[in-house]
Amino acid sequence: MTIDKTAVAGTLESSDSMVTVEPSDAGIQLELTSSVMNQYGRQIKAVVLDTLKRLDVTNARVSVIDQGALDCTIKARVECAVFRSCSKSETNIPWGGMIK
Amino acid sequence: MIPRPRPERFRLRRTMMFMNAQKPGLIKDAYIYGCDSIMLDLEDAVAENQKDSARFSLYHAMKTIDYGDTEVIVRINGLDTPHWQEDIRVCVACGADGIRIAKCESADDVRTVDSAVLHAEREFGVEEGRTLLMAALESPKGILNAYEICMASDRMFGVAISGGDLRKSLQTKFQTDGIDLVASRGLVVLAARAAGIQCFDTVYTDLDNDEGFMAELKQNKAMGFDGKSLINPKQIRPVHEIFAPTEKEIKQAEKIIKAYKEQSAAGIGVFTVDGKMIDIAFIPGAQRTLELAKACGLYDGGLV
Repeated sequence: MTIDKTAVAGTLESSDSMVTVEPSDAGIQLELTSSVMNQYGRQIKAVVLDTLKRLDVTNARVSVIDQGALDCTIKARVECAVFRSCSKSETNIPWGGMIK
Repeated sequence: MIPRPRPERFRLRRTMMFMNAQKPGLIKDAYIYGCDSIMLDLEDAVAENQKDSARFSLYHAMKTIDYGDTEVIVRINGLDTPHWQEDIRVCVACGADGIRIAKCESADDVRTVDSAVLHAEREFGVEEGRTLLMAALESPKGILNAYEICMASDRMFGVAISGGDLRKSLQTKFQTDGIDLVASRGLVVLAARAAGIQCFDTVYTDLDNDEGFMAELKQNKAMGFDGKSLINPKQIRPVHEIFAPTEKEIKQAEKIIKAYKEQSAAGIGVFTVDGKMIDIAFIPGAQRTLELAKACGLYDGGLV
């Protein structure tokens, strides 16, 4: 998927992650801050990168402000931000296909 | 991925707790509270511009979190919104046990949802008929059409009153004695019983008024409701306590069933237990008491 425009998903509440994606032409640049950085920083980064790969996103500036979200929440926020950036988040989501 | 067993159309549903599907802090461990069902909300709790995000959140929560024996129902947006079709797709794809139809007014509303659910089951390779339905009745028209709504689909397991909108339409307000909704509650219980499905009362929103809550629960039970919609975990235990059969009721039910078995074997149809006349008409009630007692962990005998 190609990031068409800047999009955000998630909140700054506890157990959530706020994910922002912006267009880029220089591969994936990930900026991560987390309240549990020392314990889970690498794991969160891996989940974000895996999710982007699954969505076939190769160019994007991605910022994640994490407040201790579970992996399933991080996935959901990254996916929603990417689908929003392509204006495809409202209908005909490929549940069980690209989203899994 | 967490596979959920095939949902049971008829099971214990005393407590159904609402939760915003968009809030990870709420839904990540919702099974710990011990309510019979949780109601993940895509409707009013979710802001209009977060409907898409709530679906992604719901999908991954269902695929990742093991809710165990807690039933998972999803409240979808009304049929007058642009959201309900995608809501149904995600519910079926993520394996929700059932769908609550908001603002249901007619059998046609149920059939519209039923056919979209069937379509989604085929799209996602889910067993046809697996996804259950219930309807929330929130308007005078919905209440008056309760029976046809209950009968509109084999997926239907229950109907719930949703009091907020209903009280507004009725031009009344919450009353401590329940007189505001007495006709609506009566009609919904009648319709559900006639159709052989379950019925649930509306939420009680005054969280600090324990006495008022208990009074409403007692009235709900006396009217014949199966359970209640809840908005806070602290409401779960009182409902389970009030809806459980008393020790006396359990003993009485046991006696009736035992006596019935003996007497009918001897060819006697009507007899007395503790001075009260008993015939076959009392048996289903007694059986229900024991089944409920068993489900509540209060009876472990072999009569049911």
